Amino acid sequence: MKPQTKTVAVLRYRPEQDTEPFWQEYEVPFADDTSVLAALNYIKDELDGTLSFRWSCRQAICGSCGFMIAGKPRLACKSFLREFPGKVTVEALAHFPIERDLVVVMDDFIAKIERVKPWLMPREERSPDAGEYRQTPQEMSLYEQFAGCINCGLCYAACPQVGLNPDFLGPAAIALLHRYNLDSRDGGSEARKQLINAEVGVFNCTAVGYCSAVCPKMVDPANAVNVNKMNSARDYFFRFLPRPGNKGDCQ
Amino acid sequence: MKVFKADVVIVGAGGAGLRAAIAAAEADAAQTVALVSKVYPMRSHTCAAEGGAAGVVDARDSLDAHFHDTVAGGDWLCEQDVVDGFVAECTRELTRIEHWGCPWSRREDGRVNVRPFGGMKNERTWFAADRTGMHLLHTLFQTSLKYPAIRRFDEYFLIDLIVVDGQARGVLVVEIASGEYTLIEAGAVILATGGAARVFRENTNGGIVTGDGMAVAYRHGVALRDMEFVQYHPTCMPGTGLLFTEACRGEGGLLMNRDGYRYLQDYGLGPVQDAPRNKFMELGPRDRLSQAFWHEMQKGRTIDGPYGPVVHLDLRHLGAARLAERLPQICELAREFMGIDPVSAPIPVRPAVHYTMGGISAGAEGDTALGGLFAVGECSSVGIHGANRLGSNSLSELLVFGRRAGEAATRAAREATPAPAGTLLALAEAAARPSQALLRGTGGERIAELRRAMAQTMEDGCGIYRTEASMQTTCDTLAGLRERFTRVAVTDRSTVWNSEWFAAIELGYQLEVAEAMAHSALERRESRGAHQRLDFEARDDARFLRHSLALRSATGAPRITYQDVKITRLPPAVRAYGAAGLAAEAGEKA
Repeated sequence: MKPQTKTVAVLRYRPEQDTEPFWQEYEVPFADDTSVLAALNYIKDELDGTLSFRWSCRQAICGSCGFMIAGKPRLACKSFLREFPGKVTVEALAHFPIERDLVVVMDDFIAKIERVKPWLMPREERSPDAGEYRQTPQEMSLYEQFAGCINCGLCYAACPQVGLNPDFLGPAAIALLHRYNLDSRDGGSEARKQLINAEVGVFNCTAVGYCSAVCPKMVDPANAVNVNKMNSARDYFFRFLPRPGNKGDCQ
Repeated sequence: MKVFKADVVIVGAGGAGLRAAIAAAEADAAQTVALVSKVYPMRSHTCAAEGGAAGVVDARDSLDAHFHDTVAGGDWLCEQDVVDGFVAECTRELTRIEHWGCPWSRREDGRVNVRPFGGMKNERTWFAADRTGMHLLHTLFQTSLKYPAIRRFDEYFLIDLIVVDGQARGVLVVEIASGEYTLIEAGAVILATGGAARVFRENTNGGIVTGDGMAVAYRHGVALRDMEFVQYHPTCMPGTGLLFTEACRGEGGLLMNRDGYRYLQDYGLGPVQDAPRNKFMELGPRDRLSQAFWHEMQKGRTIDGPYGPVVHLDLRHLGAARLAERLPQICELAREFMGIDPVSAPIPVRPAVHYTMGGISAGAEGDTALGGLFAVGECSSVGIHGANRLGSNSLSELLVFGRRAGEAATRAAREATPAPAGTLLALAEAAARPSQALLRGTGGERIAELRRAMAQTMEDGCGIYRTEASMQTTCDTLAGLRERFTRVAVTDRSTVWNSEWFAAIELGYQLEVAEAMAHSALERRESRGAHQRLDFEARDDARFLRHSLALRSATGAPRITYQDVKITRLPPAVRAYGAAGLAAEAGEKA
């Protein structure tokens, strides 16, 4: 029996020879469990070695294979051809510059991750020999979901504000900042506050919530952004009030 | 060609590379640490580790027990002095990354929780749900951002090591986005490039795990040690090979054959206990469980699936709440990739290749026989895994030996004298030529076809059970593939993100690593740990209580030599689990 096939249309762009992106179609045999990533690898191995895309783990944990699939940001490894009636389109993640084919320039995204000081600034220094910081499961549950971000970039492709304002920190970076601020071991929220209150921080978000909807790891960056909006608004209000015994902080 | 001057250069930015980079930056904040990776650090395959990391914390547990489990688990092919040093440092290193923010799962009182793992006598596996590697990797990456000494080269591909007068002096790399070559000069080089399980057909590994560092060191005359020991993980997804963590069994999961029978009791792992018991049944070591699957398959007691025989991993009795808390990723994989809900149905599983126990022969600080060259993590063989690695020892290994290698390389770089001007650049230009030639090649051999043939012959000849004839066929097939590789075709001639070009270079690396594995396996005429032969069924300490060393020869097949194993305090004994294990332990003590 001849295996069923599906048309996979890929948006190609080779900067050394193309003036603009163009669609190229491939016929790919598929079964019920054929992922879009498996289809791309079939194309690369059997049909066209010049197609370029990032991938590695195949199990939705390395965060490499985020593309626009049928117009939505998704991980190719956990999207399956059977889910898409008719032909499937695959293109580079929206709101990122295309480097080549499905490969986007990640520099700005990585720089934003780096900017939020995403490391633990201990509330209290401790030597490893003194044992672990105590943290109850309840304390951990406050930040745990935000620590599940795999930096795949799907939320940036979903966020209308990232598209409009390239300076906006964006959902993943704000979720990461929030993750450390919420950690009972951390004392760095003051150091991170400036970023979140600045113009590039949370107030750019217009609460569309699409970032959380596309997240493949059930992280809720929209929640992180909006909690920080409330905190920032509160900080903005409080800075006009004199605080007894702590006058040096007043502006 | 661009030139960048560093003090220490590290290739690979997974758990081992990042830990080494942080250690080097802490050892000397004024030095420059170049951290090279062919992917962004958080894409490294450390992210796929699920179950946990070993470190003694429980009052009932002891370093001695961790040592004993590791050495016996490795079927006595471990460097015992190195294992002693390793187990002594695990807990400190795991605590250190707790201080850096790693979200280890906790007990109610806020202390770190531990779970049981295969072949471990006591609960000592620290875990972050079933995403331990991902959390460990992201914690290390994010922490590394604090150190201005670390200069990352993300998405730079390793082409070669630069060696002058028997000293590693740097690396030649290519920026993937531009195709531009960069020579990174350094006083010391650390390879932390991960394993090579992609040389097998059905495997748990990410596409990037292609043995790059192993092959590059091997080409410069450094021995690959114990390469015949390749770990089959017993519970993987049929077809894709994706991993269902050993923590499934640590949490109480059961393995059943077609009759619903817990077949492990027939293979020296029983008897069946009322409750999960360490080192019994499903909590046996990986090599034994994968071998038991093979025997069930021979007896026709496995279940036929679309991708061949399977057995059932049953988690249903754990209940929805515990599965969601302890094994969320496993549930996600089963539901999304197989359409099976582990809450209500058993998961079909089969063994797949998971880990390379062997690697670049290295000492306790990652030091190799080549001056200035260090190796750490899965690409290395520091001697703690022997013939079979115990689950959760490898994540701890990344931290313990990553730190040591970062500090040792810092000292080595300080002592290194500058190479004569112009020498390095000339060597780098020569080293670039083979990869440049690939882009101009006119041969007709297809990358995918050669890769598929390699992976198939490794599975056929060097699988769970091996014979002289099967391995000889594999060695012959690999020699033929290497010859065909000289005519490999790269159809993409561009310089921007030419992933076909890098796939060809990776295939060259893989073929050499596969050869080292197959020839080491052929020469080991005994059965030990993960190396099981149908024609030599017993362990033979008189002849083979020795490490194999595969050395590259210009003419073709690798040369296999041997090296003594360091035995300090646990003489070779019967390796047994279940009730037989208890009896053997009593015998050792008597």
